[in-house]
Amino acid sequence: MTQLPPFQALLDEHAADVMAVLRGAVGRGDAEDCFQETFLAALRAYPKLSDDGNLRGWLLTIAHRKAIDHHRANGRRPLPISDPDELSGATAEPELDDGIWALVGALPPKQRAAVALRYACDLPHAEIAAALGCSPDAARRSLHEGIKRLRKELA
Amino acid sequence: MKAELQRLSNRAAVEGLLDVAYANVDSPFGPLLIATTPRGLVKVGLPTYDPEETLEDLAARISPRVLEAPARLDNARRQLNLYFEGRLHEFDLPLDWQLSKDFRRRALRAIYRIPYGKTRSYTQIARSAGNERAVRAAGTACGANPIPIVVPCHRVLRTGGALGGYGGGLPMKQALLEMEGVLDNGG
Repeated sequence: MTQLPPFQALLDEHAADVMAVLRGAVGRGDAEDCFQETFLAALRAYPKLSDDGNLRGWLLTIAHRKAIDHHRANGRRPLPISDPDELSGATAEPELDDGIWALVGALPPKQRAAVALRYACDLPHAEIAAALGCSPDAARRSLHEGIKRLRKELA
Repeated sequence: MKAELQRLSNRAAVEGLLDVAYANVDSPFGPLLIATTPRGLVKVGLPTYDPEETLEDLAARISPRVLEAPARLDNARRQLNLYFEGRLHEFDLPLDWQLSKDFRRRALRAIYRIPYGKTRSYTQIARSAGNERAVRAAGTACGANPIPIVVPCHRVLRTGGALGGYGGGLPMKQALLEMEGVLDNGG
């Protein structure tokens, strides 16, 4: 195993993306608390981490779990993905206009997360898979299903 | 994001997850990287060293839970500033000696006792560390000093008064000794 980098390096490189994912997943108001929970959990586990091949994917996985915990604790409220401009590094595709984020928020959790990670955070399929804890194929399917549903809603 | 990161380092410290806190500090010689464990100041990185390599070294030797947390180092930063202004002659900081072992640690503890404005020879340090003949090892201990300035290895000279070496470069050693009034700066 290679040497684990100083934890600060993970913050410098990935904190903004983790915050963006969490804002997409739980909304701006609660993202800050989930952000703290995510990085405290990561810090707790970090020295014993045996596979440091994809630290970004590891962090996004923890963030995803914290978002799920948050939704459970709040009795599955509908998800407030409202304003994609609030997401840092947002590179929404042209066909995904502002109003559509309300529809994204109404998607089932996996599809919603896949769409948000792809279009709000510009993650490739492999990293979406890592964040969701599923295979790249499953991530692709969730994304595809989500997009299909959105198209239907918009038609 | 800055507020979130500060809150994170505070919470990490409260929960015992902040093994190494560091900060960058300005000095007349360039930026210093200083680091503390819960036990005390563990590292002063002189401007001649790459801060990234220093952090990687701390991650490898102490713990990878390394976070930038300047608030944890306010006291050390304040004392260093006063020292560089010539207004502080004795540091009052808890130190963590864990990066030095055995003879080197004994040598560095002897160096730590050299008063402001005084010097010792490498031979005297070797003797204080328990082996008068280990003069070269005393020099190595100075070169490997993890907490320079606070542990004042710049106050160790060759027998006869030649400067010897310094990790921060000889001009820095000379300037520190001039500031402390050991060397004339007229020359």
